[in-house]
Amino acid sequence: MSSGIYLAIVLCPLAAALLAGMAGRLIGRAGAHSVTIAAVGASFAMSLMVLREQLDPAAVPLNQEIYTWLVTDGVRMQVGFLVDRLTALMMTVVTFVSLMVHIYTIGYMHDDPGYQRFFSHISLFTFAMLMLVMSNNFMQLYFGWEAVGLVSYLLIGFWYKRPTAIFANLKAFLVNRVGDFGLLLGIATLLAYTGSLDYQEVFAQAASLQGQQMEIFPGSPWSVATIACLGLFVGAMAKSAQMPLHVWLPDSMEGPTPISALIHAATMVTAGVFLLARMSPLFELSQTALSVVLVVGATTALLTGFIGIVQNDIKRVVAYSTLSQLGYMTAALGASAYAAGIFHLMTHAFFKALLFLAAGSVIVAMHHEQDIRKMGGLRRYMPVTYWTSLMGSLALIGFPGFSGFFSKDALIEAVGLSELPFAGFAYYCLMAGVLVTAVYSFRMFFLVFHGKERMDEETRHHLHESPWVITVPLVLLAIPSVAIGWLAIEPLLFGSYFDGAIVVNEDHNVLAELGREFHGSGQFVLHGMLGWPVLLSMFGVGLAWYAYLRNPAFPENVRRRLASVHALLVNKYYLDDLNDKVIARGARGLGSLFWKIGDALLIDGAMVNGSARTLGWIAGYMRRGQTGYLYHYAFAMIVSLAALLAWIIFRGS
Amino acid sequence: MITLTHYMALSALLLAISVAGIFINRKNVILLLMCVELLLLAVNFNFIALSRFMGDATGQVFVFFILTVAAAESAIGLAILVVIFRTRRSINVQDLDVLRG
Amino acid sequence: MITLLIFWWLALVLVGAAIGVIVSRNPVYAAMYLILSFVTSAVLWLLLEAEFLAIVLVLVYVGAVMVLFLFVVMMLDVNVAAVREGFTRYAPIGAAVAVIIVAEVLSLVWIKASGLPLATPLASQGGDHSNTREIGLALFGGHVFEFEVAAFVLLLAIVAAIMLTQRQRPGLKVQDISAQVKVRREDRVRIVKVQAERDA
Repeated sequence: MSSGIYLAIVLCPLAAALLAGMAGRLIGRAGAHSVTIAAVGASFAMSLMVLREQLDPAAVPLNQEIYTWLVTDGVRMQVGFLVDRLTALMMTVVTFVSLMVHIYTIGYMHDDPGYQRFFSHISLFTFAMLMLVMSNNFMQLYFGWEAVGLVSYLLIGFWYKRPTAIFANLKAFLVNRVGDFGLLLGIATLLAYTGSLDYQEVFAQAASLQGQQMEIFPGSPWSVATIACLGLFVGAMAKSAQMPLHVWLPDSMEGPTPISALIHAATMVTAGVFLLARMSPLFELSQTALSVVLVVGATTALLTGFIGIVQNDIKRVVAYSTLSQLGYMTAALGASAYAAGIFHLMTHAFFKALLFLAAGSVIVAMHHEQDIRKMGGLRRYMPVTYWTSLMGSLALIGFPGFSGFFSKDALIEAVGLSELPFAGFAYYCLMAGVLVTAVYSFRMFFLVFHGKERMDEETRHHLHESPWVITVPLVLLAIPSVAIGWLAIEPLLFGSYFDGAIVVNEDHNVLAELGREFHGSGQFVLHGMLGWPVLLSMFGVGLAWYAYLRNPAFPENVRRRLASVHALLVNKYYLDDLNDKVIARGARGLGSLFWKIGDALLIDGAMVNGSARTLGWIAGYMRRGQTGYLYHYAFAMIVSLAALLAWIIFRGS
Repeated sequence: MITLTHYMALSALLLAISVAGIFINRKNVILLLMCVELLLLAVNFNFIALSRFMGDATGQVFVFFILTVAAAESAIGLAILVVIFRTRRSINVQDLDVLRG
Repeated sequence: MITLLIFWWLALVLVGAAIGVIVSRNPVYAAMYLILSFVTSAVLWLLLEAEFLAIVLVLVYVGAVMVLFLFVVMMLDVNVAAVREGFTRYAPIGAAVAVIIVAEVLSLVWIKASGLPLATPLASQGGDHSNTREIGLALFGGHVFEFEVAAFVLLLAIVAAIMLTQRQRPGLKVQDISAQVKVRREDRVRIVKVQAERDA
C-alpha cells in the first residue's frame, strides 16, 4: 500500500475542518456537514483498509518519516507515521466513532447558530487525534496531545455565552496543563538520556535507562526509567482523567452532547491509555511506575463510580461512568495487561459513545432537560433509544455475551493474576467497582426509561422518537457494542495481534497466564457466568431495580442514614474545593506576593520608575544651571578654563 | 632688547583685561563681542611672538586662520544681534533667556 | 634700545586702549578704543617683523570688522543705562578671575615650559627677507586644505549674515525678475474685436 494513504487519512479531516471553518458561510450548513462527513468517512474507509492490511499475519509495521521539521544539535524533530496493529486499531475506532458523531450532530445541532463551527471543530479534533495515534515520535505526539486539548477547550466552551461553559473549559485547560507539564518532563527526561525523540530509537535504548539513576532530590537516586514513566503517566492522568486530575471531565459536560460522546468518552480521554500502551517497552522496565499506574487506576475506578450513584444529571452520570471505566483501563495497563486495556478501550469507545448519544437523544426529546428525576417511562415514547441504551448499559456492566463483559472480565482476571505490589488492593477495588457500575448504570436506566412519568404535561405532549440521523448512529454503535467482544477477544488478548506493538516482560505477563485457561469465546462466557464479577453486577442491577422501581423510598432512607457519606459523594470528595481554596488560592497568593515584591516593588518601583525618578530628580537640579543667560555660560567657560589650567599645573610632572 | 617675555606678558595682560571685560560688561552683547575680539587678539599676540622667536612660520598661518574665523564670527554674531534687536527691541542679555531649562 | 622704548610706549597705549574698551559707557567709544588697540597691535607686530599679518589686521579688522561694529552700534537704538546695570558689582570678581587666569598662564609659561627662549633677544631677519613669502609658502605648502576650508567658512559667514538680516517688508514695490522672465504673450496681450464704425 502506498504511503500516501496514511497522509490522506490524516489530512482529509484537516482539509474539511479548514473548509468548514474558514468558508463555513460560503458553503452553508449542508455544505459544512457534507464536506466533513465525506472527509471523515474517507478516513474511516482508509483506516479499515489499513487495519485489514495489518491483520495479515505477514504484515510489517510501517515506520516512516514524512517531513523533517528541524534538526538541532543532533535532535531530529519530524513528522512521521508509525502504523502497527495498535495504531491501526486506534485509527479505526477513532474514525468510526467520529463518523457516527458527525452524522448524529446533524440532528442534535440542527438549530444551533454555530453549526459550521461545530463541524469544523470536530473534524479538526479527528485530525489531531489521528496525528497523536499515528505519530512515530514524541514531538508529534506532543503536538497531537496539545491539539486535542485545544479542540477540547474550544468544544467544551462551544456555547461561549454560558458562564458555566467558560468556567468548565478553562478548568479543563488548566488541569490538562498540569498533565502536559508532566508529559513534557517525561519526554525531556527521555530526550536527555537517549538523545532522541523517535520511538524506536528510544525503545532501543530503553534497557540502558533502567540501570541509570538520577537524583531529583539530593540523596535519593531514582531509576531514570521510573522518572520518565511517571512523567508520562502524569500526562496520561490528566488526559485520561485519573484521580486526582479527573476534576475537569465531569465539568466538560457543559459542551454539546456529541462532543461528550466523541471527546470525553470515546477518543480523547483514551489518549492517555493509548500513550501508556504505546510506551509499554518503557513501563515494563519500572515496577514502581507500574504499581503507581495500577493503584491510581483502580482507585479512580472505584471512587468515581461511587460519585456516579448520587448524580442526577444524565450526562454527568455517564461522565462519571467514563471516569470509572478509564480507571479500569489504567489499572489493566498497570498490571501489564496492555492488550486488555486497549481491548476495553475499544469496547468502551463503542458502548460509551452509544450511551452518550442515547443520552443526547433523550435530552433532545426532553427539550434539553437533563435531570433524570424529571424523566421516567420514556420506553413507550422512544423505542429505538430504549433498546440501544439497554444494550449499551448491559455492555457497560459486563453482562455475559456483551462486549463489555469480555473486556472487563478479562481485565479483572488479569489484574487478579498480577504480582505487583498493591495488586490485591487493586483487584478488590475493581471487583467492588463492578457492583457500583451496575448500580449507577441501571439506576439511570430505570429512572429514565421505566417507572412513573415525572415530566410536566407540556413536555410529555411533545415526546417522540428522535429523527433518523440520531437513531441510525445509535443502531450502528449498538452492533459493535454487542458483538465486537466475541470476535476480538481471542486475537487481541491471547493471540499475536499486538506482537511487536506492545512489549510485555515475561515476569509479569498476566495475559499469557490467563490465555492458558482460555478455550474459545463461548467457553469464556460460560466460565464467566459463574464468576464473581457477573454475580456482583447482577446483584447491582437487582439492587437498582429494588431501590428505584420497587421501593422508591429505599434510597431516601439510605441517604438519611448515611448523610455524611452522601455529602462526601455529592461534593465529589471535596476535590474541587481543595483545588479552588488551597491550590488555586495558594498559587494566587504566591503569585501576588511575587508580583507585589518582585514586580511592583523591585522591578517597577526600584529599577524602572526608580531610575527614571532618580534621573528626573538629578535633572531637576541640573536644569537650574540652565538659566538661558549668555553671561552664565560665558562665566562657566572661563571658570572651566581656569580649572583646566589649574589641573595642568597641579597634575604633577 | 625686546624678548619673548615682553610679548607674552603683554599678551597675558590683554587676556586678563578681556576676561575682566566679559565679566563687567555681561549685559551688553556688543561689548561682549568686542571683548571676545580682544581675547583673540591676545591669543594672536602669543602665536606671532612664539612663531618669530622660535623661527617657525606655522604660528603665523594659525593667526591667519584665527583672523578668518574671528571675522566670520563677528559678522554672524552681529547679524544675529540685528535680528534679535529687530524682534525684541532690546539687546539686553537679561531679556534673552529662551533657553532657560 | 629705541625699539624697546617704542615697545613700551605702544604696550602702554595698547593696555590703555583695552581698558578703554571694557569700561566705556558708550559702545561707540568702546569700538573706537578697540580700533586703537588693533592699530597699536599691528604696529607691535611690525616690530616682530610680521608685516603681512600686521597689514591684514589693519585691513580686515579696522577696515571691515570694526566698521561693521560701528554700523551696528549706531543702527541699533541701545538703551545704554539698562545695559550698564550692575557694572561695578561684577568688576571685583571679574578682576579676580582674570588675575587667576593670568597667574596660571604665566606659571605655565615660566615653570612648566622652561624650554622657551624667553630671554633671547629677537634676531633680525635681514633686509631681503619676505614675511609674506614665508607665510605664503607655509600656507600653500602644507595648509592648502585648511586655507580652502577657511575660504568656505568666510563664504558661509557671508551667506548666513545676509540670510539672517534679510527681511521682507510688506507693501514694498520690488521687481520680480523671474516673473518678468517667464511671462507669456497671453498674459499681456488681449485681442479685442471691435466693431468697425459704420456710417449711419
